[in-house]
Amino acid sequence: MLWKRKDLLGLEELSREEIELILDTAESFKDVSRRAIKKVPALRGKTVVNLFYEPSTRTRVSFEIAAKRLSADVINIMSETSSVRKGETLIDTGSNIQALKTDIIVVRHNCSGAAAILARHLDISVINAGDGWHEHPTQALLDILTLKERLGRLEGVSVAIVGDIAHSRVARSNIWGLTKLGVRVTVCAPKMLIPAGIEDLGVRVTHNLEDALKDADAVNVLRMQFERDEKNAFPNQIEYFKNFGITKERLARAKRSIIVMHPGPLNRGVEISSEVADGASSVILEQVTNGIAARMAVLFLVSQAQDNKE
Amino acid sequence: MIMKEKAKILDKDTIKRSLMRIAHEVLEKNQGTRDICIIGIRNRGAYLARRLADYIAHIEGEDVSVGILDITLYRDDLTLIAPQPVVHKTDIDFDITDKNIILVDDVLYTGRTVRAALDALVDFGRPKSIQLVVLIDRGHRELPIRADYVGKNIPTAENEMIEVRLAEVDGSDEVVIVDRRGS
Repeated sequence: MLWKRKDLLGLEELSREEIELILDTAESFKDVSRRAIKKVPALRGKTVVNLFYEPSTRTRVSFEIAAKRLSADVINIMSETSSVRKGETLIDTGSNIQALKTDIIVVRHNCSGAAAILARHLDISVINAGDGWHEHPTQALLDILTLKERLGRLEGVSVAIVGDIAHSRVARSNIWGLTKLGVRVTVCAPKMLIPAGIEDLGVRVTHNLEDALKDADAVNVLRMQFERDEKNAFPNQIEYFKNFGITKERLARAKRSIIVMHPGPLNRGVEISSEVADGASSVILEQVTNGIAARMAVLFLVSQAQDNKE
Repeated sequence: MIMKEKAKILDKDTIKRSLMRIAHEVLEKNQGTRDICIIGIRNRGAYLARRLADYIAHIEGEDVSVGILDITLYRDDLTLIAPQPVVHKTDIDFDITDKNIILVDDVLYTGRTVRAALDALVDFGRPKSIQLVVLIDRGHRELPIRADYVGKNIPTAENEMIEVRLAEVDGSDEVVIVDRRGS
């Protein structure tokens, strides 16, 4: 299996083999973070630019740590403090970053397709760190890495994704990745938060949490993104927690071995109770740790693809 | 490219004798097993390291720690050796500080693999010394690196390749010279 892509834009376009290559590479990178000297020279002399048009702490910090553990130099650009505020377009910003002889742009943007536009206009690598409601591929990769590690396999396991599926790029990337790897996926949310036609992606839809959790080996709890509720269409928080919140009582009726995932940041008492978030089934902090290895693998592979081209 | 097997240089018995002799030399030079540990370079060096440790245990009656080093991330010729080398795990679960490391690889050629391995090792700690074991030294060094223990010196031409085959991965033990000519 050879990685030939200069960019990582989403999991939709990747083959099963490509996803497996990223996961295998990520597993090897895990051990770098366990050493006394947490650094290898693989990306020495490369420059990675984090270009973030949306607030983000965990994803940006995770990418920054991943790049630094590969010995790359890292520059962070936040839209609030850059020329973007003066009206510069995305493509102009990207072209300028490329003209500075950098190698990889990690971009987070509130418009779906933003990373793809940059990738098409630039020769340097573009990694999608979340574009609108579209995809957040490295989050899905770290989720899948955590699943694989905890369950020992992916083929045939059953995962429930609970929460705001309609507005969630995390859900979309997870669905693309998981179904390609032979995982059975169930999505669960109130009707208004399930996009029409989602079944076509090969997932089962339910509006009943107990039904979703019944046979699940893992549940991925999405954050309720109240900041995106422009039309005021969301259920209120108390109502949502009552029907869809992951609580100890609800988990008691699921498989004993079920693991609980969450991409963060947590809304305690809205989509998940504190008891569960901090409990024995939770792998939420393992996900954070695995995020470094998953992002190191992606940075390494796109950089290799560029070097091979030259 | 046409590959033609030219000659068999070592077989199962001669590989065994070479490693056995090296085991004795390592023990002699280090006056026993105290403070030594053996680290093999992936892929075939790792198997040779395991064998060397077994011979040493057989001779001295004492086990020594064995580790595996993956140097993919430290290479300066990543794109030259293969279209895309797969990154594997490094597996060294002991502290190498103040140890005498016996570094093992199958073939010593340009010296670039060993250079990468030395960089990787010093990221794990500060060993007292690093000694190099190779089954085959084929010459053509590009860096000032030499082996402390050599199974067999084989002068080669640049268009020849040395293939070390080991039972653990290849089904049988042998070392052959392969002629490589552009077609």
